[in-house]
Amino acid sequence: MSLLEIADLRVNYGEIEALKGVSLAVAQGEIVAILGANGAGKTTLMRTISGLLAPRGGTIRFDGAEITKLGADRIVQRGIAQSPEGRRVFGTLTVLENLRLGGFTRPRGEIMGSLDFVLGLFPRLAERRAQFAGTLSGGEQQMVAIGRALMAKPRLLLLDEPSLGLAPIIVQAIFRSLREIARTGVTILLVEQNARMALKLADRGYVLEVGRIVLADEAKRLLASPDIQAAYLGGESSAHRV
Amino acid sequence: MGTFIQQVINGLTVGGIYALIALGYTMVYGVLRLINFAHGDLCILGAFVGLTMLSGALGGGHPGPALVLLAFVVAVIAISVAGVALEFVAYRPLRKADRLAAVVSALGASMLIENGIMLIWGPEVRVFPSGLLPATTWHVAGASISFVEVMIIIVSVVLMAALYGFVNHTRFGTAIRAAAIDQDAARLMGINVNRVISSVFVIGPALGAVGGLFIGLYYREAYFTMGWTYGLNAFIAAIIGGIGNIPGAMLGGVLLGLFNAFAAGYVSSSWQNAITFALLIAILLIRPSGLLGERVAEKV
Repeated sequence: MSLLEIADLRVNYGEIEALKGVSLAVAQGEIVAILGANGAGKTTLMRTISGLLAPRGGTIRFDGAEITKLGADRIVQRGIAQSPEGRRVFGTLTVLENLRLGGFTRPRGEIMGSLDFVLGLFPRLAERRAQFAGTLSGGEQQMVAIGRALMAKPRLLLLDEPSLGLAPIIVQAIFRSLREIARTGVTILLVEQNARMALKLADRGYVLEVGRIVLADEAKRLLASPDIQAAYLGGESSAHRV
Repeated sequence: MGTFIQQVINGLTVGGIYALIALGYTMVYGVLRLINFAHGDLCILGAFVGLTMLSGALGGGHPGPALVLLAFVVAVIAISVAGVALEFVAYRPLRKADRLAAVVSALGASMLIENGIMLIWGPEVRVFPSGLLPATTWHVAGASISFVEVMIIIVSVVLMAALYGFVNHTRFGTAIRAAAIDQDAARLMGINVNRVISSVFVIGPALGAVGGLFIGLYYREAYFTMGWTYGLNAFIAAIIGGIGNIPGAMLGGVLLGLFNAFAAGYVSSSWQNAITFALLIAILLIRPSGLLGERVAEKV
């Protein structure tokens, strides 16, 4: 049985139908990537899974139980944490305060182990723990956002554009950390415009186009597919994406 | 020298009260970006609830200080409940509406509470009973300080220190700050933002009720339009300090209290309001976001 199962998910943004019946599944321990251009509905999907947006139709099941109508805070308690698009760190709180908030739903005594893990994974954050998160570089803020999500000890980690606006060398470092996180048994659902990096990391991938899943396959096969190469891996059309 | 020290004492007393009330404005603004115009009226409602307790609602024969303490407890509880109810009825249904709608709702709530006070306690000035607290007055360097003034200054400082510690050094306090920065990101941490908002409508009105009752005990009177007068001053204090900023409200309150006192002492008390607004304008010209405010820019 899949850890996350989404069936016929429909979400509106005002009058616009952003998701037009999306179905996908993520198995325990998998890394799944969702590719798509800007406006395809990737962030809408992530926000809906986390309970920040209410769907108009369809269901989201996690670990066998329906979570479609749960509030965002309850969904975190169930074991889904998200590193959102644009990182959204709490700029006027310190790095340590940001990380501790990630463990808000857990008993105080239990978060120390996660904190050690996160600071081990991102030693830069250990150096800067007393600094305001808003003063960090983009890459460091991304580490805070991922670390903060890990503090919830999630079974499913949602990552929305972790490479956005970061230098290639930083992106590589972030993706190395993601591999390490996956090795600890965390299931990962990743949304990316950097399709190459995402597919190299992922087991499987979905392609989302204007609110619909148009392709689903193993990541290796997607990487090798001429269509995907043309559209998302540096072909002409992707070069002109806004 | 005597006048100077006397005005410092007066200023700290009034400043402490302003600060307690200003915290309610600033905390609500911090989390909801809304000016709770009904806050001043809630505070004065607290003064009236306290007045009822002090005027022998329990029958005679109780020692004054115990009665005063009880009046504070009852006022704080009553106004906290009223604060949560206010948010639930007047603001929560408009959470996703145009911001102007919430402002109109706030003004309406203010009028409702003000007129409610008038209906219950009457339109005349009500005098607080005397002899409940020790009439002791200490004389220091040509100035005098009464028991009530000492009480107001000490309690204000203690409450503000407690709030500061709570907001900065507890898990829930950090959650309040996080929700003030970015509500959706706070939700992703598993923070129940509705609970944070309710808590702000408990803490602000609770502190405001203490401030309101202090006003009654200090000036020994209460009248139904008082919420507007004191609310406006506390609101200005919050803006001076940087609205949304908790230490800012504390600083703004004390500064405004001192300024008011010096204006009354050295110029004339009839110029007090003009001087208050001159101070506000001067500070906003130099620092548009207030003394401790960070940035006025809207979130993107």
